[in-house]
Amino acid sequence: MTRLLSVNMEATVAVILFGVGFTMLLLHRNLIKKIMGMNIMDTAVYLFLAAKGYIDGRTAPIVVDGIQETSAYINPVPSGLVLTGIVVSVSTTALMLALTKRLYEQYGSLDLDEILILAKEEEEKRT
Amino acid sequence: MSRPSDHYETSRWFKFTQWVNGETDPLSSGMEARPAWRKPDWAGEAAENEEKKDVKAGSRILETRGIRWFQRVYRIMSVVLCLSIILALLWTVSALPPFGHAENPANNEVSARYIERGLQETGAVNIVTGMILDYRAFDTFGESCVLFIASCCVLVLLRLDSENGGDRKRKELEENDRVFEPKNDVILQKCACVLVPLIFIFGIYIILNGHLSPGGGFSGGAVLGSGLILYLNAFGFKRTERFFTEKVYRRVTLCALTFYCLAKSYSFFTGANHLESGIPLGTPGAIISSGLILPLNICVGLVVACTMYAFYTLFRKGGM
Repeated sequence: MTRLLSVNMEATVAVILFGVGFTMLLLHRNLIKKIMGMNIMDTAVYLFLAAKGYIDGRTAPIVVDGIQETSAYINPVPSGLVLTGIVVSVSTTALMLALTKRLYEQYGSLDLDEILILAKEEEEKRT
Repeated sequence: MSRPSDHYETSRWFKFTQWVNGETDPLSSGMEARPAWRKPDWAGEAAENEEKKDVKAGSRILETRGIRWFQRVYRIMSVVLCLSIILALLWTVSALPPFGHAENPANNEVSARYIERGLQETGAVNIVTGMILDYRAFDTFGESCVLFIASCCVLVLLRLDSENGGDRKRKELEENDRVFEPKNDVILQKCACVLVPLIFIFGIYIILNGHLSPGGGFSGGAVLGSGLILYLNAFGFKRTERFFTEKVYRRVTLCALTFYCLAKSYSFFTGANHLESGIPLGTPGAIISSGLILPLNICVGLVVACTMYAFYTLFRKGGM
């Protein structure tokens, strides 16, 4: 197992990073820290994808001197996928931060449990 | 080493078991063990004071006890869940093909085709740009739309209207702005005078050379957006509003997205029906070459730069 993991060190690190992000998402009560955990998970996915595209001893997929053999360049497809991932994560992060800001304006707290309790109290008052 | 430890409370094993049992939160309160009977942090001091005043304290204590139990179970379950996810993923990783081998299943005929025919078919020296802005152009169009929609959502959430007391709030925010942000800071302004043109030139270079070198619309647009944000920080909203208002943002983004959609639809339509599209590919390596990729890169760059700037202004003062 250890030998198998060490051959795939990048993927292993990506998986552990993913786990760290997921743990942050679950265990932190602060919404900003939850968003940070989400971003760490995103980063793990980029690392995994970028590592999948790499091939030993080849260069970046930019044609130099007209060489167009497959054996000269790494796989360009994962690079494009990472680009998509980065754009989507920027958008979702901005959206989550905006929602957090609205929640803070409403309840004066970033703590999810506190917000839930305050929201429940508000609902009880209303009924 | 068989002597029983006098400092069991401070030993690592105790802390570890405490942490596993969810009685302490090493992430938020250092490695201090929290006595089991104490209220969890969320109740805080504010709630404590409130509780003293509150007549309905009894029901509240019951409620907090329930929540405390729930939290303990929740913590244990989440740690178990995370560990099991990591272990399952690690197990999967150990079955993956080795890193960096040319025979891996990911390196199939698709990427071979992009590399071997990309230069002839798209005219782009940078194969990745050729791929994302020619073969998979609608994917990139979707990404630009995602950015645009995200900025629209943030606008909906954070915009301060003149109705509903938005004016008062805006004034309040502006006063806060004046307290927390330096106005007419000389050092910042002098640095910005030097840096902003350089950042703009660098961003434009990245966008225009997207098909020749690493870079493209997304990275160049982000650089341009950060230059705009620096300019705004140095000189304030009055100066940026001369050339960048909400109307400008709307028009630029809409024009860029519409042009992208129409241009790429045209080229896909002609390509699929084996018609002559009339878009010259030019000589590979020249700055004006590779057909539609350069204009599309400019469109994407404009959208990204506007979106970055819009995010910043919306978060800072709730409007553009």
